[in-house]
Amino acid sequence: MNLADADIGAAVTVRCVGGERSFRRRLLELGVVPGVSITVRQVAPLGDPLELRIRGCSLSIRKNEAAFIEVDPS
Amino acid sequence: MADDVSSARHSEHAKRPLVALIGNPNTGKTTVFNALSGSRARVGNYPGITVERRSADLRFPALKTDEEGAPTAAELLDLPGTYSLAARSKEERIAIAATLGIEGCERPDLVVLVADAGQLVRNMYLALQLIELEVPLIIALNMIDEVASPPDAEELTACLGVPCVATSARGGEGIEQLRALIQSNLTAPPHGSVNVSYDAALLSGTIPVVEALPAAWRRDADEARTELGRNRALALWALSSVDAGHQDAEEDFPPDLRRACLACFEEFGSGDDLDDAIITARYRWLDERIGPLAQGAEAKPDDTVPISDRVDRVLLHPVWGFAIFIGIMLLVFQSLFTWADPAIGWVEAAFGWLGDALKANMAEGIVRDLLTEGVVGGVGNVVVFLPQILLLFLLLGLLEDSGYMARAAYLMDRIMNALGLHGRAFVPMLSGCACAIPAIMATRTMERERDRLLTMLVIPLMTCSARLPVYTLIIAALFPPTHLFGFVPVQGLLMMAMYVIATATTLLAAAVLGRTVVKGRRMPLLLELPPYRMPTLKVVMGQMVSRGSVFLKEAGTVILAFTIILWALLSFPKVDTGSAAASSQAAITAPAANTAPPAIAASTAIAAKAPDRQPLPTSGYVPDDPNPDTSAGAITQSYGGRLGKAIEPLIAPLGFDWKIGVGLIGAFAAREVFVSTLGLVYGIDGDVDESSAPLRTKIQQAKTPDGRPVYSPLVGLSLMIFFAFACQCMSTLAVVKRETKGYKWPAFMFVYMTTLAWVASFIVYQGGRLLGFS
Repeated sequence: MNLADADIGAAVTVRCVGGERSFRRRLLELGVVPGVSITVRQVAPLGDPLELRIRGCSLSIRKNEAAFIEVDPS
Repeated sequence: MADDVSSARHSEHAKRPLVALIGNPNTGKTTVFNALSGSRARVGNYPGITVERRSADLRFPALKTDEEGAPTAAELLDLPGTYSLAARSKEERIAIAATLGIEGCERPDLVVLVADAGQLVRNMYLALQLIELEVPLIIALNMIDEVASPPDAEELTACLGVPCVATSARGGEGIEQLRALIQSNLTAPPHGSVNVSYDAALLSGTIPVVEALPAAWRRDADEARTELGRNRALALWALSSVDAGHQDAEEDFPPDLRRACLACFEEFGSGDDLDDAIITARYRWLDERIGPLAQGAEAKPDDTVPISDRVDRVLLHPVWGFAIFIGIMLLVFQSLFTWADPAIGWVEAAFGWLGDALKANMAEGIVRDLLTEGVVGGVGNVVVFLPQILLLFLLLGLLEDSGYMARAAYLMDRIMNALGLHGRAFVPMLSGCACAIPAIMATRTMERERDRLLTMLVIPLMTCSARLPVYTLIIAALFPPTHLFGFVPVQGLLMMAMYVIATATTLLAAAVLGRTVVKGRRMPLLLELPPYRMPTLKVVMGQMVSRGSVFLKEAGTVILAFTIILWALLSFPKVDTGSAAASSQAAITAPAANTAPPAIAASTAIAAKAPDRQPLPTSGYVPDDPNPDTSAGAITQSYGGRLGKAIEPLIAPLGFDWKIGVGLIGAFAAREVFVSTLGLVYGIDGDVDESSAPLRTKIQQAKTPDGRPVYSPLVGLSLMIFFAFACQCMSTLAVVKRETKGYKWPAFMFVYMTTLAWVASFIVYQGGRLLGFS
């Protein structure tokens, strides 16, 4: 399952992060590393981007990029 | 002698230690900077790029005599926010270069990492990188007041080996301790120690990269405590800074090092695999060592976070969120129109008074004209933008500092993304409806140069308020006040149509330019939504003042110079009517006093003016000789007038005659000057504005040599379209030159907008004629 398909409000665990290199590196550097717990808090009113909660911090990325983050239900 | 003194001072200045502040965005770094420096910051730019370089004096209390070697002052440098030392944008790249002292930046004697105590693990990722690179470091654990049970600074010190101090810069807590810590650590800079266990294969893979490090980056063996450690850290940094596909972004990266990195990627599989190996090893260490310290901070999520969450439930609500967003934008927009207005009036009145006073007290002549119309007018032209610039930066600063700006970008991203723009471009673009100058300066809230440039290039297409007097004049003169279907007023409809056309063109231009001219990869959105915080007035005001002064200093000089040139163009050569000295004198000065220059001075201000506002009594001069032919003659004879005639063949296909051409030249100072210049060309005395009946009548009655009216509704339409798209504002060009650090982009802007205007007017005029309109 990828992050774009994750249910809103449900915590999931990151399995691996993909996508364009500098973007995925930045996600890793922000602590989106395999094994970390992540929650999709909500979708922006116009349908994109997503608001994520990770390590107590709110990050926003688009669905396009979220689709590259593989997650497992936790 | 004077040179000796200044160079001595300079060298003394150069010897002062340099302290750099680094930190993730939203950690209160600027608040720490202000609290430490107290005084105003010096704002400049890093060489060649548009990233602000803020520095200030950092003073230390005098110490006892036995510590005489300790410095008494240092230079404090505020670096752009960055999450990591692997750059993702030019701004981050600058932060990194200035921290490491590479790429021509001076190496700081001490780096202060400002960290958010509530985001400890993530913030310490940057600390980890700095310590590995043996950067002399101390840590300010900031925003300690927002965390229920803050991490212990001493435990953190024990963990990282660098001095840490808890601060709350907003309340001023811990600032003096931080200052003392900086002072005591400047002489013997602390190097931390961390020992991340990297994969053995990764470490052996970095050996060729270490060997390829430029000599200047390596440190002498005696200086480096563990030379291998630092060089290896540099190699790891290089490996995550080089990207196989993006050579142009790394043009100044040492080529040998780049090659070694690319070779390492191949050996290791790919850059992605290397990133995984490096970053996950670091986070393993961080979660293990720092994680326990942060538990108090992160395990209390029902304190500050939920307040933000509750606010977000309203502000990001599909209905209420947008309603409030629109409300806030209306407030910003309206304030630029109306709140700045009284201040603009004062500026105009003050400069009008100054011009009159000079005129009354000086002998007639060119010098007086130059001073009153050229210089005073020019300075007035610059200062008149200040109320709007300061107001916009105050409001944007409050929105940014409170955390709302990130939410606005989040709400608007879907729409802006479709146009190739950044979510944050929305606010500057809307401000462009009032005036392009503050709007272009407001693009500074965007971190990336590409996004800023693209937004800057399209902002002048928005219908700024300087276009309104022109539209009003043309519509009132050429279109009857009739109603469509009996109730839709034609004039109002036309005005609205101009707004719609301009907005659509702006968005279209953004989409086109973003895919063609403005180079640079479009980066995926990665936006942090920081918790809502009370804005710190000192930070907001400081930013407002420093940006205002940058505008005065840098754009102001260009605007002043152009005002004087335009004044000269429209005033010279003086016509010699030849008759009695006294009357000819009056005739000569009349046009100068009444022409474009005072109009320029007065009317640039209309950039902010509501359309119904009365014209300004800037010139306050009623010519002694009311003979309209003389005044009209003077401008006809001027270089400007000749230029108008010279460009007639060029603008004839748009339906314009040379008189309109003169108006267009005058309008380059500022669009609304068109109205007063036309007034002059048609020899109308006194203050001319868009609602003056004589000018309207003249326009309606103007005939070509063969007896047809010069102005038809079709010509009017063509003229309005031209004004909608043409880049007729030297102040805009001056600001773009300032913000992009060169003439390339303002030149491009002028060419693309003027071409667009010509083609659009051509299509309207010639198309209209083909359809049978005249």
